[in-house]
Amino acid sequence: MSGFSDNIMRLSGRMLSQYPAQRDWDGKLTMAPHPGIIPTFSIVTLSDNVPEQEIMKWNGWGYSDSKFLYNKKGQAEFTGKRYRLSGMIIPGLREWMESTFSANLQHKTPAAPILNSSAVQPPTLNEAFLKELKSTGIPFSHDAEDRVFRSHGHCLHEIFALREGKIGRVPDLVVWPNCHNDVVKIVELACKHNVCLIPYGGGTSVSSALECPPEETRSIVSLDTSQMNRILWIDEKNLTAHVEAGIVGQDLERLLNESGYCTGHEPDSMEFSSLGGWVATRASGMKKNIYGNIEDLVVHIKMVTPRGVIEKSCQGPRMSTGPDVHHFIMGSEGTLGVVTEVTMKIRPMPEYQKYGSVVFPNFEMGVACLREVARQRCAPASIRLMDNEQFKFGHALKPQVSSIFTSFLDGLKKFYITKFKGFDPNRLCVATLLFEGDREKVLQHEKQVYDIAAKFGGLAAGEDNGQRGYMLTFVIAYLRDLGMDYYVIGESFETSMPWDRVLDICRNVKARIVRECKDKGVQFPPLSTCRVTQTYDAGACVYFYFAFNYRGLSDPVHVYEQVEHAAREEILANGGSLSHHHGVGKLRKEWMRESISSVGMGMLKSVKDYVDPNNIFGNRNLL
Amino acid sequence: MASKAVYSHRDPMLKKRDDFEDMLEERRNSSDLRYALKCYTPVLYKGLTPCKVSELKQMVLQSDQLGYVITQVSKEKGVTSDEVTGEAAAILEEMAQRLQLSTVRFFAFTLSKVFKTLFRSICINEEGLQRLQQAIHNHPVVLLPSHRSYMDFLLMSYILYTYDLALPVIAAGMDFMGMKVVGEMLRMSGAFFIRRSFGGDKLYWAVFSEYVKIMLKNGYAPVEFFLEGTRSRTAKSLTPKLGLLNIVMDPFLKGEVFDISLVPVSISYERTLEEALYARELLGVPKPKESTSGLFKARKILSEDYGSIHVYFGQPVSVRSLAESRVNRSQFNLIPRHIPTRPSEEILSFVNDSAYRLVRAQEENMVLKPWVLLAFVLLQKQAAEEKQGTALDELTEQAVWLRDLSRQYGAFLHWPDHIPPSEVVSSSLSLHRGLVRISEGRVQLALEQVGGQQVPGETRGAITPEEELLNKAVVILSCASYRNQALNVFIRPALLASAIHTAASNRKQEIYNSFSFLRNMFSNEFILCPGATVQDFEEACYLLVKTGTLQINQQEVLITERGHRTLAFLTSVLDPFLQGYQVVCRFLCEQDGLTEKQFIPAVRKFIIKHLLTGRLRYTEVLSSDLQKNALAALIRLGAVQKIKGGEEQGTLKLNKVMLNSLEDTLGGKLPTQKSVVAHL
Repeated sequence: MSGFSDNIMRLSGRMLSQYPAQRDWDGKLTMAPHPGIIPTFSIVTLSDNVPEQEIMKWNGWGYSDSKFLYNKKGQAEFTGKRYRLSGMIIPGLREWMESTFSANLQHKTPAAPILNSSAVQPPTLNEAFLKELKSTGIPFSHDAEDRVFRSHGHCLHEIFALREGKIGRVPDLVVWPNCHNDVVKIVELACKHNVCLIPYGGGTSVSSALECPPEETRSIVSLDTSQMNRILWIDEKNLTAHVEAGIVGQDLERLLNESGYCTGHEPDSMEFSSLGGWVATRASGMKKNIYGNIEDLVVHIKMVTPRGVIEKSCQGPRMSTGPDVHHFIMGSEGTLGVVTEVTMKIRPMPEYQKYGSVVFPNFEMGVACLREVARQRCAPASIRLMDNEQFKFGHALKPQVSSIFTSFLDGLKKFYITKFKGFDPNRLCVATLLFEGDREKVLQHEKQVYDIAAKFGGLAAGEDNGQRGYMLTFVIAYLRDLGMDYYVIGESFETSMPWDRVLDICRNVKARIVRECKDKGVQFPPLSTCRVTQTYDAGACVYFYFAFNYRGLSDPVHVYEQVEHAAREEILANGGSLSHHHGVGKLRKEWMRESISSVGMGMLKSVKDYVDPNNIFGNRNLL
Repeated sequence: MASKAVYSHRDPMLKKRDDFEDMLEERRNSSDLRYALKCYTPVLYKGLTPCKVSELKQMVLQSDQLGYVITQVSKEKGVTSDEVTGEAAAILEEMAQRLQLSTVRFFAFTLSKVFKTLFRSICINEEGLQRLQQAIHNHPVVLLPSHRSYMDFLLMSYILYTYDLALPVIAAGMDFMGMKVVGEMLRMSGAFFIRRSFGGDKLYWAVFSEYVKIMLKNGYAPVEFFLEGTRSRTAKSLTPKLGLLNIVMDPFLKGEVFDISLVPVSISYERTLEEALYARELLGVPKPKESTSGLFKARKILSEDYGSIHVYFGQPVSVRSLAESRVNRSQFNLIPRHIPTRPSEEILSFVNDSAYRLVRAQEENMVLKPWVLLAFVLLQKQAAEEKQGTALDELTEQAVWLRDLSRQYGAFLHWPDHIPPSEVVSSSLSLHRGLVRISEGRVQLALEQVGGQQVPGETRGAITPEEELLNKAVVILSCASYRNQALNVFIRPALLASAIHTAASNRKQEIYNSFSFLRNMFSNEFILCPGATVQDFEEACYLLVKTGTLQINQQEVLITERGHRTLAFLTSVLDPFLQGYQVVCRFLCEQDGLTEKQFIPAVRKFIIKHLLTGRLRYTEVLSSDLQKNALAALIRLGAVQKIKGGEEQGTLKLNKVMLNSLEDTLGGKLPTQKSVVAHL
C-alpha cells in the first residue's frame, strides 16, 4: 500500500472541504503507472493546513463566509462568493418569512458567537492508548474546538444547543489517520485499550449518529477520515475508481471530472459529506435515476473492524456468494468499523445537461405525472415535485432581477398560468427536471417527459425555474440558520413509500404536523411542506420540511422533537419507511424493531456481536 | 384496559351542556315560502372537489376496490367482467341518492307546515351546530342520530337546511323504497337505500361500501346513518350495529383521510308519533309495511299535540383520537388497500367500543321530560297493584324526589324549575292523557279503557281475557317506552342495587360478582360496553356513595339510613327485566325442540298464560324486544345453541341445567359464584 502512495492523487490535506474557487489544490502530474490508469498527482504534506473548523461554521451549516442575513435596509442577502446566489439581494424573503412564520426582524435570537472552551468538559484520556498512538505518528488532538466540531451532526437540537453555547458529551480525542493502515493501527489500539471509536466523515448526519452516547464511560475517540481523501486509481477499462473513503463528494466529482469522468452520485449534502459516510448510511443521490444509489455504485468495499479487515476477493459486478456482505456494511452507521477504501463505478461526464420545470394545477396531478413517468421508466436524471407551499418558498428566494425585461417576463408568465390557464396560485405546484446525456437523446427525452406532463395538465415553465430549484437545494440548509436568528426553528426529514400512498402520506403528515404544533402550544401556524424527490418503479421518496416560530415557548426544541416524533409515527402508520437515506442513528432507533421485525433485529445484533464484541465502535446507532 | 379511556370517571353533575333555541319560533313569525326559497350556501369541506351525482357513480364504478371485486366475481361465476360491471351499475342505480336542492326546498316548506301543527317547539343546541359547521369544514363528517321515529332523518335534513349547513346523504333501509313517490322524494332529499340483508353478496357489499366511502372521503356530503340500525321501538337505545361504522372508519384507518368527525345527535320526542304503533308491534301485531297510502292514513295524527322535540348535536368525536394508541394502523401496510380484507380482531373490537361510546354519547344528551319520571312512578305503582291509583300530591312528591336523584346521576332533565312541581306534573299528564286516567285526584294508567283510541275498530263486548290483557299491555308498553328513555341514567346504579339485593353478604367482592353476573346477563338489553365491567361497577359505586346511599370501605358495602328508599327504587327499575329473563329461562326449560322462528309466538303464549293466572307481576315482559334480547343473551352465554345448517337449521338446542340455574340465580335463589359463573 505504502509503496503505491507516491503515485496517488491527493488533495491538500485538511482543506478538503473547501471550495475550488477559493483555494487551488497543489499537485503535479506524473506518468501513469499502468496503461489505462489515469495519470495521478503527487502529494502535498499534511502539516500547516487550515483546519476545517476555520472555514466551516462551528454552530451552523456550511462555510463561515456564506450565510443569509438582513442588511441595514432590512433586505435579505446571501453573503460570500461560493454560490450563484452569493452576494445577491433576495427581495421576497423577508415578506415570506414574516407572513409564513409571523416572524419579526425586531425579535432576534442571535447565536453565541464563539465557542467558549471552558464550557467543554476536559477530555477523559486513556493514557496507555495515547502513549501507543503517539508512537504510531498518526496526528491527533484533544483541543476543545477540534473535539466539539466532531461531536455533532446537523439535527436541530444539536445546532440549537451549540448556538446557545451548550456543550454536552464530546469526543475526548480526535485522530486523523492518513490511510487504511493507519486505521488498522488505530482500531487495534482501541481494542487493546478498550477505547470507544466514533468514525467521522463529513459531519452532515441528521440522525444524531455523531452524538456521543452520554452513558459512555470509556474514552471516546473521534476517528476523522478527512485525510484519507485520495483517488487511488482509476480503471478506464472497467469504468471504476478506487477511492479512499474520507473524500468529500464535491472533491471526488471535481477530481474525476478533470479526467473526464464522474460518479454521478450527488446527495444534497455532497459539498460536505464523505464517501465513507454515504456507504455507512446507504446514501442516495439526486441523479440516481441514471447512476443509481450508493448500493448500485459500489463495486468493492474495504472496512476495518475489531475482528480485522473485511473485503471481497474480487471485483465481479455481481456475485452469488450468499448474502452480500456489502449489505452488512452499507447502512451499518459506524457500528461495525471504518470504511477505508471503496471501488466505485464511474461514467464518462455527460455531454449535455438541461434543466427544466413543469407547473401543475395541483399536487395530485403532479404526483400522477411522476407516477406515469416512473411507469414508463423514462425519469430524467432528476425529477422532483414541490408542493404549493414549497413553490411559494422557492418564489420568495428569487434574487433581485436585474432588468425590467425579466421582471416583465415573469409577470407575463404568472398571468398566463394563473389567469389564462386558470391555475389556482394557492394550489399549483412545480416539478423541476434535470436531463443528462448526449444532446440529441436529451432533447428527445425531454419531449417525452413534457408530453406525459401535458396529459396531467402540466405546463412547461422554463429552464430557469428548474435550475433555481436545484440551486436552492444547496442553500436551503443555510436558511435554517437565518430562521434561528429570528425565533424560527425547523428541519427536514424524509421517507419512502409505495406509489399509492404518496398523496395520503403527504397530506396526513403535513396535517399531523400542523395539529401537533397547535396541541403543543406553538403560537403561530407552522410551515409544513413536502416534495417528492425520487421516483422508483414501486414508489417514491418524499421530503418534508417543517418549521415554526417558537416565540412564547419555554422549551422549543422539546416541542420540535415531539412534533417530529409524531410526524414519524404518522409516516409509519401510513405505510412510509423509517428512512429512505438519512439513516436511523439514535434519533429513529426506537422504531427499528417494528420496522425490521425482532428476527431482523436479532440478525443485525448477532453480526454486531461477532464483529465488535466489546462495542469498540460504540456510537450506539441503529440497534 | 383499553376501554378505560373511553369511560373516564367523571362527575355527571359537572357535565356541561349547551342551551337550546326553538327553531319553530321563527317559522311561526315569517313566511315559510320565503324560507323554502332562501339563499342556501353552506360551508363545505375544505378538501372538497365538487362533483355531480353522475360523476360520483362513475368514481365508484371505476374505483380499484370495486374493480378488484368485479374481476373476482366474474372469475368465480364464469361471466364476463362487463356483465358483472353491469350488475354493479344496477345495484348502484338502485342504491344511489340524487340529492336535489329543489326537493329539499319542497320538504322545507311542507315540513314547516307539518311541524308547526304537530309540535310546540323544536329545540336545537345552536352551539352544537356551530361545532358541526367547523367539523364539516375541517374533516369528512358522519352524523349519527338516535333513531326513535320515521321523522328522524327528515328532521335532521330540515334542521341542517335551516341552519345553512351541508345537507347529508342518509343511509336508509330498502323498505322505504316500497313507497313509490315518497321513496323517490327521499332519494332526492339525500337518502340512499340499502338492502336489509345482503349476507354473502360480495358485489353488493363492495358497491355499497365504496359508494359510502367515496362520498365520505371526497367530502361530498356528511354521511348520516343510524348506529342502532333501526328505530328503537322501546325508546331504549339498541345495541349498535357495526357494519356502516366499520365502513366509515376505514378511510381513516387506511390513511386515506387525515381524520373523520363522528357527530352523535340525540333526538328526543316529548311524545313519540309511533307510540301505540310500537307497543302493538312489540306485542305481536306485525309492523305495517311502509306504503305511501299508509303514511297518509297517519294524517289523523296531525290533529294531536306532540309537545316538543329536542335535538342535541353532540361534541364531534375524532376517529383519529379514538384510534390513538388503540389501533396499529400499520397493519394495513402490507396489502394493497383496494383488496377487501376481513377486519382484524383489533379493528373489530375498536369499532365495537367506539360504537358503544357513541351510543352512550347519544344517550347522555337525550333530553328527558318530567313525564319520563312520572312513567317510572306510574309503572311501579301499577305493578304493585295499587288499584286506586296514586294521589296527585304523592305522585308529585315522588316525581320531585326522582327529579333530584336523576339529576345527581347526570340526567339531562328538562324540568322547568320556575313552575311549581304540581303544575309541571299536571301539564305532563295532560299531554299524555291517552295513557293516564285521573279521577278524584288520583292518577293511574288508563288500563280499563277497552277498545279505546289505542285499538281502533275493536268491537266492544265480546272481549276475551287475553285481548283485555293485550289492550292493557299496549298502554303499559307505551308508558314503558317513556320510562325507558331514562333507563340509561339509572342502569348502573340499578345493577348495583340488584346485586346488593341478591348477594348473600355485604362483602364487596361478592357484590361485584353478582353485579358482574347481572351486567353480563343484560348486556343485550342495555348499553353496557363489553369488557368495561370494572369501570361500570366503579361508576355505580361512585354515584351511590356520592349521593349518600352507600358507604363502601375496603371489604364491605353498607347501606345508609336514607339509602333504603333509593335502593328500593333502583331494584324496582331492574325488576321487570329480571322477571322477564327468568320467565324466558323457565319457558325454555319446559320446551322440547323449538326453532328460532317458533320462539317468540311460543314464549308469548306462555307468558300470557302466566300473566292471566297472576303468576307474573310485570305485564311488560310481553315485550318481544325483551324476549329477543333474553334469547340473544342466553345464546351468547351458551345456555342455548342455535344450530346452523343441516336439517335442523334454526333449531334451538337447550342446556336445561344451565337454564335452570340461570333462572334461579336471576331470582336470587342461587349465589352467583357457585352456579352460573362456573358454567360460563
